[in-house]
Amino acid sequence: MTRLLQVLASLAAMLFGAGALAAEPTGTFETTLPNGLKIIVKEDHRAPTIAHMVWYRAGSMDEFNGTTGVAHLLEHMMFKGTRSVPTGEFSKRVAAAGGRENAFTNRDYTAYFQQIHKSKLELVMKLESDRMNNLNLTDVEFAKEIKVVMEERRLRTDDQPRAKLYEAHQAAAYTANPYHHPIIGWMRDLETMTGADARKWYSTWYAPNNAVLIVIGDVKTAEVVALAKKYYGGFKPKVLPARKAQDEPEQTGIRRVNIKAPAELPFVMLGWHVPKLTDVEKDSDPYALEVLAGVLDGHEGARITKNLIREQQIAHEAGAGYDDTSRGPTMFFLEGTPANGKTVVELEAALRAEVKKIADSGVSEAELKRVKAQVIAAQVYKRDSIFGQAMEIAQYEMVGLSHKQIDRALEKLKNVTAAQVQAMAQKYFGDDTLTVATLTPLPISGKPKEPPKGLRHD
Amino acid sequence: MKTFRMLFAAVALLAGAAHAALPIQTWTAKSGAKVLFVESRSIPMLDINIDFDAGSRYDPVAKSGLASMVNGMVGLGAQGLTEEAIANGFADIGAQPSGHADSDRAGAAVRTLSSAAEREAAVALLATILQTPTFPEEVLSREKGRSIAALKEAETKPEAIASKAFSRAMYGKHPYGASPTVESVGAITRADIEAFYRANYGAGRAVVTMIGDISRAEAEAIAERVTANLPTGSPPPALPAVGSPDSKIQRIAHPASQAHILVGAPTLKRGDPDYFPLMVGNYVLGGGGFVSRLMAEVREKRGLAYSVYSYFMPLKDEGPFQIGLQTKKEQSAEALNIVRSVLADYVAKGPTPAELKAAKDNLVGGFALRIDNNRKLLENLAVIGFYNMPLDYLDTWTANVERVTAAQIKADFAKRVKPDALASVVVGPAQ
Repeated sequence: MTRLLQVLASLAAMLFGAGALAAEPTGTFETTLPNGLKIIVKEDHRAPTIAHMVWYRAGSMDEFNGTTGVAHLLEHMMFKGTRSVPTGEFSKRVAAAGGRENAFTNRDYTAYFQQIHKSKLELVMKLESDRMNNLNLTDVEFAKEIKVVMEERRLRTDDQPRAKLYEAHQAAAYTANPYHHPIIGWMRDLETMTGADARKWYSTWYAPNNAVLIVIGDVKTAEVVALAKKYYGGFKPKVLPARKAQDEPEQTGIRRVNIKAPAELPFVMLGWHVPKLTDVEKDSDPYALEVLAGVLDGHEGARITKNLIREQQIAHEAGAGYDDTSRGPTMFFLEGTPANGKTVVELEAALRAEVKKIADSGVSEAELKRVKAQVIAAQVYKRDSIFGQAMEIAQYEMVGLSHKQIDRALEKLKNVTAAQVQAMAQKYFGDDTLTVATLTPLPISGKPKEPPKGLRHD
Repeated sequence: MKTFRMLFAAVALLAGAAHAALPIQTWTAKSGAKVLFVESRSIPMLDINIDFDAGSRYDPVAKSGLASMVNGMVGLGAQGLTEEAIANGFADIGAQPSGHADSDRAGAAVRTLSSAAEREAAVALLATILQTPTFPEEVLSREKGRSIAALKEAETKPEAIASKAFSRAMYGKHPYGASPTVESVGAITRADIEAFYRANYGAGRAVVTMIGDISRAEAEAIAERVTANLPTGSPPPALPAVGSPDSKIQRIAHPASQAHILVGAPTLKRGDPDYFPLMVGNYVLGGGGFVSRLMAEVREKRGLAYSVYSYFMPLKDEGPFQIGLQTKKEQSAEALNIVRSVLADYVAKGPTPAELKAAKDNLVGGFALRIDNNRKLLENLAVIGFYNMPLDYLDTWTANVERVTAAQIKADFAKRVKPDALASVVVGPAQ
C-alpha cells in the first residue's frame, strides 16, 4: 500500500509539476512493481528516440566453477526465441521497427537494450518482457550458439595477448572471489557446457525481482509505467538463491604472473586491492582514489603521460584506472608498455615511483582543480547521450547503490582535498596487496626470442 | 531545446518536402574555409570540428604515415606553448580536444562548455595549435619511436596483417593501398612534417563544422578565429586512378587460433548516384546486424563465427566494399566457401521483396537514431561539408532509401561487385 501511494504521489508530481521537472536535467522517476521489478524513467525530449534496457543482477560472479561463462552464454540464448516468438524473430522485429539492439554481460550483471524511435516503445517492451519469462531454450539452438561463443572467446581473448594477460592477472589477484573467472568463461567449461546448464541459469536468475527496467528518451513517464505494468505486472517473483559472501582473503604478499604470447611489445599490469563505493554519504576513500587516478592519468597533461611517456620516455603507452562501482571487490590499476630499450621491470618501478611521489609530496592545487574541471564538464557532456545516461544509472543500481545518489557522489568527488589524495597514495600501494602480470612477447613464428636483460621475475 | 524539437518534428513529418528542414547554416569564412553550423541550445556545450583535405592519400610513397604524424604533432607544441601547456590548457576548462586522420580527412575537434570563459579559452587554444604548430624535433623523435613500436606490434596481430595485405591487394599502387611501415615512418623528417602542413592545412581546403549552444554571430566569429592564420596551402598532387583488385587469394600463416578473412574491392566514391541502392542492398547482405544473409548463414545456422559483416565505405576516390569474418582456423575454407556462395547468389539474384522491405523498414524507421545527439549530428555535418554533399542530404535521406528498387540493387551490385574479381586475404592457416 505504501509503495502504491508513493507511486501515485510521484506520478502526480511528474504530471502536474511537468514544467519544473522538465527543466531539471537530472530528474528521474523510479517505482517498483509488486513483483519486484524496478522501473526507472527519465524523460529527455531532445530527439524522438528512446533507450530501452532491462538489466539483470546476474553476472559471471554468480557462476560456479565448472560452468563459468554460463551468464554470457545465456545472454546469447536470449535471442533464440520464446514460446510465441520463433528463433531469430526478436532481432527481425526490432530491426523492422528501425531499432538497434544488443546485449552485454559483465561480472556483475547481464543487460539487454534497444535504441529505437519513441513510437516503438510498446513493441520492444512486449518483446523484452516476453523473453524474461518465456524463453524456449532448446538443445539444438544451444549446440550452435555455444560454438559462436567459443569463436568469441578465440577472437577476444585467446588471440589477444593483452586480454589473456588481464585474464591471468585477475585469476591471480582473486583466489576465492568469483572475479577469479573470466566473464566469457574458461574454454574447457564452454566445451562441457550443456543446454541444461543454460536452462538452469535462466530459471534461477531471470525474474522481475532480479531486474531493473530503464527507459530514457522522448517518453511520458506515466505511459512507460502503464506499459510496464501491462507487460511485466503478471510475472511472479522468484525466490532468488542466497548470494553468499565470497570475500577475497587478505592478500599478504606480492603475486607475480607471466604469460607468453605472439606480440612485439611487452606489457606490465599492476593491480592493488582497494575499497569500492558502498555508502555514498559515509565513504571517502573511493572518491579520493578516483581523483588520484585523475591526477595520474585523467588527461594528456596528467602525470603518467607527462613524466613517463614524454619526459623520461620510459613508456610508449601507460595509464591508471580505478572503477569504484562494482558488486564485488575492486582494484586500482597501473599499466603500460615499456619504451624501446626499456624493460617491464623498469616501467613497473617507474609507475610505482609516480605513486610514491604523491605519497611523499602530495599533489598541487592546480592538479586537483584540473581533475575537478573534467568532472564538472563531464556532467554536462553526458547529457548528449541518452544511452550513456542509461548505462550510468543502471550500473549504480546493479551494484546496490541508488541512481539518485549519482549527483551526490559527484559532489563528494568535487570536495576531495589534496591531503586526501596524498593519503590514498600512502595507504593502499604497498607490496603485499599487489598483483603484477607481465606479457613476454613471442615472435609469430612461435620460437622464443632472446629475452631482454632484466625481464626475469622472482 | 526549441531548435531541436522543431528540427526533429520537421524531419519526422518531412518525406519529400520541398525545403530543407534540418537547420544547417552554411557560409564561407573570410579565410576561404567552408563553415557548417547547427544551433542547438538544449545543453550548455559546444562541439567544434575542423577537417582538412589532408588525409593519408597524400602521403609520399616512401613516407607512408606522414599525414597521420602531422596530425598527431598538431597539439604537441605551438607558438609560446609546450605540449604540456596545451594539454593543461584544455584540461583546466574541462574541454576535450582530439585529433583525427584517415585516408581522406585530417583535422582536430574540441568539445567545450559553451559558457563564455571556457568557450573562448577553448577556441583560442584550438586556433593557436592549428595556426602556429612548432613541431619540436625532440617531440617528433619520440612520437616516431612510439609509432614504430605500435607498427611492430600491429605486424604481429592477425587482424592488422590481414587489413594491410587486403588494402594492398585492393588498391595496388593507389595510396589507399599503402600502409605505414617501420621504414616509412623512420624516414619522416621535421622538414617533411612542416612541408605537409604548409601544403595541406590551408583554409581553402578546410571545412569547419559546429553544433551547440551559440548564436550564428558567435559561430561566425569562431570560424574566423580558427581559420584566420592558416598556411596558404598549395594544390594537392594528382593521384593515380584506382585500378582493379588483385584477385589472387593471399594466404599468410599466423599462429593465432582463428583465421581472419577479408574479401572485397574498391567500389564507391562519395556522392555516387548508386550509393543508395548499394547501401540498402548491403543491409540485406551483411549490413543488417543480426538479420543479414551472411549472419544467418555463417553464424546463426552454422556457428562458424562471432562476427561477420559487409559494408561499403564511400571515399573521395573509390572506397572499399568489404566482407570480413574470423573463424577457427580448421574451418576457414568452409567459411570462405559459404561467404562466396552467399555473395554470388546475392549478386546474381538480388534481394527478395520481403528482404527489401525489411531493409527499408529498418533504415527509414531507424533514421532518427542517426541524428539524435550532437556528436552524431556533428559527424554528419562534417561528412556533408567535406564531401560537398547537398545540404538537404539528411532531409532527403529516407526518401532516397524508399525510392530504391530490387532491380536497382541487383543491377548495381552486378555492376560494382564482381564475385570472381575480388581481393581475398586469409591470415592464419599454413599454406
